[in-house]
Amino acid sequence: MAETYRYIGRPIPRRDAVDIVTGAAEYMDDRKFPNLLHGKVLRSPYAHARIKEIDKSKAEALSGVMAVLTWQDIPDFRGGTPRNVRVLDKKVRYVGDAVALVAATTEEIAEEALDLIDVKYEVLPAVFDIDSALKPDAPAIYDEYPDNILPGGTIIYGPNCLKGVVRGDVKKGFAEADVITEGTFGYENIPNAIPAESVGAVAQWEDPDKVTVWGTSQAPYMDKVSLFHVFNRQVDIRSIGSHVGGGFGTKIMCWQVESYAVLLSRATKRPVKVVFTKEEHLAAFTLRVGSRITAKVGMKKDGTITAIQGTWYVDTGYYSFTTQAQVAIGSGELMIMAQCPNWDLENHVVVTNRNASGSMRGFGGQELKCSFIPLLSLAMEKAGLDPFDVLKKNFVKPGGGYYWRDGRWYDFRGVDFSKAMDKGAETFGWKEKWKGWLSATAVKGTKRRGIGVGVHGNADIGEDASEAYVQLGYNGTATIFLCVAEIGTGQKSNYVKMVAEVLQIPLERISMTPADTLVTPFEFGPVGSRGTYAIGSAVINAAEDARSKLLEMAAPRLGVSPDKLDTADGVIFVKDDPEKKIKWRVMGNDRTILGYGRFEPDFTMCNCMMSFVEVEVDTETGKVDLIRVVNATDVGKIMDPLGLEGQLNACFGTAGIDSAIFEETILDRRTGHIVNANMIDYKWRTFNELPVIDNVVLETPFPSHRFHAVGVGEIATSPGPSAVLMAVSNAVGTWMHEYPMTPDRVLKALKRAMDSNNGGRK
Amino acid sequence: MPKKKKDPAGKKIPGAEPITLTVNGVDHELMVGSRPGEVEPCHTLSHTLRETLGLTGTKVSCEDGACGACTVIMDGKAILSCKTLTVECDGKSITTIEGLRNTETNDLDPLQQAFIDHGAFQCGFCTPGIIMTSKALLNENPSPTEEEVKEALSGNFCRCVSHYHVVRAVMSIADKGR
Repeated sequence: MAETYRYIGRPIPRRDAVDIVTGAAEYMDDRKFPNLLHGKVLRSPYAHARIKEIDKSKAEALSGVMAVLTWQDIPDFRGGTPRNVRVLDKKVRYVGDAVALVAATTEEIAEEALDLIDVKYEVLPAVFDIDSALKPDAPAIYDEYPDNILPGGTIIYGPNCLKGVVRGDVKKGFAEADVITEGTFGYENIPNAIPAESVGAVAQWEDPDKVTVWGTSQAPYMDKVSLFHVFNRQVDIRSIGSHVGGGFGTKIMCWQVESYAVLLSRATKRPVKVVFTKEEHLAAFTLRVGSRITAKVGMKKDGTITAIQGTWYVDTGYYSFTTQAQVAIGSGELMIMAQCPNWDLENHVVVTNRNASGSMRGFGGQELKCSFIPLLSLAMEKAGLDPFDVLKKNFVKPGGGYYWRDGRWYDFRGVDFSKAMDKGAETFGWKEKWKGWLSATAVKGTKRRGIGVGVHGNADIGEDASEAYVQLGYNGTATIFLCVAEIGTGQKSNYVKMVAEVLQIPLERISMTPADTLVTPFEFGPVGSRGTYAIGSAVINAAEDARSKLLEMAAPRLGVSPDKLDTADGVIFVKDDPEKKIKWRVMGNDRTILGYGRFEPDFTMCNCMMSFVEVEVDTETGKVDLIRVVNATDVGKIMDPLGLEGQLNACFGTAGIDSAIFEETILDRRTGHIVNANMIDYKWRTFNELPVIDNVVLETPFPSHRFHAVGVGEIATSPGPSAVLMAVSNAVGTWMHEYPMTPDRVLKALKRAMDSNNGGRK
Repeated sequence: MPKKKKDPAGKKIPGAEPITLTVNGVDHELMVGSRPGEVEPCHTLSHTLRETLGLTGTKVSCEDGACGACTVIMDGKAILSCKTLTVECDGKSITTIEGLRNTETNDLDPLQQAFIDHGAFQCGFCTPGIIMTSKALLNENPSPTEEEVKEALSGNFCRCVSHYHVVRAVMSIADKGR
C-alpha cells in the first residue's frame, strides 16, 4: 500500500523558481567581485607540437596586462588520470591546447595580449583516430605511453577497478549458442552535451597557500579534492558552487579552467575570472568518448545470450579525467543489460590528438551500448527475435547480478523492471508496429516509418559517499548543510521536501547553506543518478539524527522515553496522548541540535530506462524525422513529478537521441581542427521540431531509503541513439551502422537497399 | 528633448554627448568612452546591461546570435542583445527579465507565474531569454497558436529540454488572451 506524504511526490514549485523567472538566480558569471581581472587562454593552432620558444614581452608590455604565464612560469602542476597532464606544458597535444594564460583589466585587453605572444612550435605528426593511434609506428602523444594506450583503472574505484569483464567460459557459451554474430561497430561522432552556460571560474588567491574558487562545477566539493592534488597537496582550497547552467556530467571536469584562474590570481594577488567562450566550450571542453567494439555474441533461439567476447576501444582524445571510470561503469552497465554467464570483454583507452572526451550523461554505458546493440541486433535478426522481447529478457532481475566498478560481484536486490517495459511497449503500440527486422512499420509515398527500442540501466544510483548536517532551530526551523549546486534537476528542493517530511515542518521553515566547502561536510555531488538515493539518504539520515536528538532532549520533560514521542510543526508530543506536548522552543536559543547523516556506497541496485522510438525517413531527401518517443522506467517513488518529466524529456538533447540523427562534432582529420565549434554549425533540435514524447513511470517501492525512491535522470539520453539506428535500419530496409544518420548516409543506404533488391536477393 | 550629435549612420560619436537608454522604465545616461562605467563603441547591449548596469538576469551563452539566451525586448521587439551594439541603442526603451514584475505591486508577470506553475525550466540559464521571446510574442499576438509559439521560440536554445513545459506555460497565457 502506498504511503501518503505531505510533500514528497507533490508538484510543489522549486525554491529557486521565483529567482529563475525573474533573473535573480545567481550563476557563476553573475557574481560581482571588486578589483576583478579577466583571464584568457592562448591556444595551440597545431594538433601536436613542441613549444620551442615563447616570447611574451610584448604582451606583458601592453597596458592593462597584469600577468602572462607559460609553462616556464609555473611549477609542475598536473591533473588527469593518471595524474600526468600538466596545467601548462612545453608540448601541445590538440588544436586548442593551452599554451599561455593572460590576466588583464578587461577581457578585450586580455584578448589583445594573446595576439602579442610569439610562440615558435616544432610541429609533430599527429593521430586523430583509434586506427592511426594504434599503428606500430604511430607518434607517441605522451612519452609515458609509447603505444598511445592509457593504463587501465582509476584510483578512486580502488585497486581492483573493473578493467574488463571476464566470467564463465566463452568457448562453452559459443558452443551452446544457436546463432553467433561478430563484427566491428562504433559510436564515434563525439557529440557535445553543450550546457547553455559555458564553463568558467573565479579564483581569489591568499598568500601563502590558500585559494577560494567560485566555479561552474556540478560537484564543488570534488573540485576541492581534484585541485588539492593538482596543486601538489600544498594549497588549501575553498570551493563555492553557484546555480549551474546545465552540466549533464561534463561539469565535473572543471579542474583546468579553475587551475587557470587560480594560477593567474596567484600571480596577480587579485581575483581573476576565466570563462570559456562558446567556441572554447565546444572545441576545448568535454566531448563524448569515441567508442568502438570488435566483438562476437552468441545467442539461443529463445533470446538467451550465451557469450560475449571482444575488445572495446575507447577514444578519449588527448587526455583522460574520467575515461577509465567510464570504462568500468560502462562495462558493468553492459552486464546489467545483458545477463549472460560467459564473458571475455577487454578494453583499451586510446589517446588521440584531439580535444578530450570524458564525463557526460551515459558515462561509458551509452557509448558502449550504441556500439553493442547493433551487433546484438544482427544476432536477433538471425534468430528471428523481436528486440523488445530480447532486451526485456536479458535485463537484470532479482536473482541476477553484475560486476561493478570496484571489480566486485553484486547480487541485484532492486525491482523487476519488466512491468515498466511492458507498460512502455503497450503505450507505444510496439507489438502492432513491429513488422520484423529491416521492415518498415508503414510506407506512404516517399515516407517510410520504422521503429526501434533500446535499454539502459546504471547502478550509480547508490555510488560514492555523501554527507549532510541538519541543524534544528528553536523556533521550529531547520537548516540543511549540504554541498550541492543546483544543476537543474530541482534536487535541492527535493532535499528540503525530504527534511520537511522527516521533521514534519513546513517547507518554508527550512533553509539550505550555499554549496561552500568551508561550511558543509563532504559531498560527491549530483552526478549520474545518485541525487535521489545517495545524496537523499545522507540528508534523510541527518534529519533523522537531529530528530532523535530533539526527542531525547524533550523526553525527560514529558516524562516518557524518546520512542514514545513524535513531532510535527515545531511541537513535540506523546504519541498516545497528543495533548501532552511541548514546543521545540524549549530547547532554548542557546543550544544547537545538529544531526549528521552519511551515505555509504551501495551498488546492489540500478535504475532502468527503456526507450521506444518511431522515425520517418524521407527517401527523396534522406532526412530522418523523430516522430515519437516512449520512455519507460520505474523509480520506486516519484519525488517531484514536473522535475522528473523534464529529466526524461531530455532524452533527445545533450548528445542523446539526436546524436544518432544530426548531432556530431566534426573533426578535420587532416589538421585536427574542429570545424563546427559554434552553435550554428553544431546542430541542435529547435522548438518547432519536437517529437511526441510519453513517459511511463511506475512506482514499485525500492529498498532504498525511507521514501523507496531511486534516481533516473542521467540515463534519459542513453537507450535512444541505438534505438534510432535500429528504427532507421528498419525504415530503409538495410542495416545502418554509423552515427549520426545524416541525409547523405541515409541516401547511400537507400541506394544500397535498392541495388540489393534489383539484384533479386530480396 | 535636445537634439544630439550623431554621425550619418545614426551612431553616437565617442566623447560627445551621452547616450540615453531607458531600461525597465529607468533612464540611464551613459558616456561613450573607455573609462569604467562608460560605453565603448565595441560594447554589446548584453555587456552594457550585465557589466555596466549590473542587470545580470540577461544571460550570454553563444555570443553568436544563435541561442537566444540574451534576448531582451527593445521598443516592443525581441532582440538579441549580444548582437546589438549599445551605441546603436540611443533613445531606445529596453525591457529585461528584471523589468517584467509589476512595478507598483511587485507581482510577477502572469507569464513568469505560468513558468513557475508549469515547471517550465530546469537549469534556468536559458529561461530569461525564453520568457522575453515569449513575452514579445504575446505582446504582438495575445492569442498565438501552439505552432506560432514554437515558431517564435525556434531561436531559443534549451539544452535541459524544458520545451514541452515552456509551450504549456505560454499557451496557458495565450488561452487567456482568446
